Amino acid sequence: MKYIDEYRDEKTARRLAAKLEKLVTRPWVLMEICGGQTHTILRYGLDQLLPDQLRLVHGPGCPVCVTPLEMIDKALYLAARPDVTFVSYGDMLRVPGSKSDLLRVKAAGGDVRVVYSPLQALEIARAHPERDVVFFAIGFETTAPANAKAVWQARREGLTNFSALVSHVLVPPAIRLLLKSPGTLVQGFVAPGHVCTVMGYREYEALSREFAVPIVVGGFEPADLLEAVIMLVSQLEAGRAALENQYARSVKREGNRAARQLMTKVFKVCDRKWRGMGFIPRSGLCLREEYARHDAEHRFDLSGFSAEEPAECRSADVLQGLAEPTECPAFGKRCTPQHPLGALMVSAEGACAAYYRYRGWEVIPEGGSP
Amino acid sequence: MCLAVPGRILATDERNGSRMARVQFGGIVREVSLDFEPEAREGDYVLVHVGFAISRVDAEEAARIQQILDEMDRLGGDVPDDAGR
Repeated sequence: MKYIDEYRDEKTARRLAAKLEKLVTRPWVLMEICGGQTHTILRYGLDQLLPDQLRLVHGPGCPVCVTPLEMIDKALYLAARPDVTFVSYGDMLRVPGSKSDLLRVKAAGGDVRVVYSPLQALEIARAHPERDVVFFAIGFETTAPANAKAVWQARREGLTNFSALVSHVLVPPAIRLLLKSPGTLVQGFVAPGHVCTVMGYREYEALSREFAVPIVVGGFEPADLLEAVIMLVSQLEAGRAALENQYARSVKREGNRAARQLMTKVFKVCDRKWRGMGFIPRSGLCLREEYARHDAEHRFDLSGFSAEEPAECRSADVLQGLAEPTECPAFGKRCTPQHPLGALMVSAEGACAAYYRYRGWEVIPEGGSP
Repeated sequence: MCLAVPGRILATDERNGSRMARVQFGGIVREVSLDFEPEAREGDYVLVHVGFAISRVDAEEAARIQQILDEMDRLGGDVPDDAGR
């Protein structure tokens, strides 16, 4: 397919890797923020093409992974209610809450539907006025405008049986937290190309200036990521720290104005807890008061949910680049994609699941089952 | 989760006050909302995320990576085609 195949060409990747080899004179630690980029890196073995002195750590950019346990528990509670049709992106179905997951609730008779677009959730609500249709609105800035559109449209049409359980998170506050953490090893960031397609990159320019750290907005194909790494290393080797845009075929400095406008009309910034990272101020989006009728948190009594993350899971360290997935004692033993302890093992974009899938044969400890 | 896939617009029309497009991704054709790319038209490539076009692919920028590689070749060919094999 055009705009995909040429960026997956092996010869191109090898030429870029060879260029990188010539550039690097010292060890550098870089982080790709987005789980989609992590998936590409592991799938194509890009980390193994890189010079030994370069280390990539995998960031917290997987909304499925960072959704806190109590939010999943709220979703499970709603999905199990006989009056509710619970609509979700497929990514969330196997994510474990404290006791169960959406797939098991569905198997036990819960009305759980999977959609690929929020507009399908609206169609379900239109077709079933007798059902309380709740849409699980998760995602980063990339997904927020589409989810906002569904809520906006429901209000406009007077679809009183449609509500959203909103668990949106924002990328820049998480990067800021990582940069402020005293233990951070990361010297340069690949910023998430599709988040920036929507938001533009002014926020990242500010982060780059404030922390004197190079940030390159990167795409999702192998050639994109290698080029983004080349751009970061060129900056680091030259002692520069600026924002650069590798993914210019999609990302403009201002982002997508129409998408941002609708997102701001429907959502406001609020505090959020992140699985594996804890509470981050002003790191999420919630519905504005005008949309309270379509807010599942108001419509149902969802107060009083709280949950502790399993102590054994080292997602928190992995998300912050402080540990490799394989350094976790549970990896591949008590924690597998079939029986995940933490969300990084559940989503295909979680670093642990990506390591398990693409590196299983070399890293699964004895007693594990790849 | 933030996956967005490039596809080519085959046709556009209006529905419920929104512009919609039929977009081809390889062998698959899907209905896509143009709410956020209202200027997109037939023949354009758009990046699609959860049923919404979020950008139009800039063809000139897309050609850039090839230019960089060609330039690397011109600069003395220190990176051979079969590098690393």
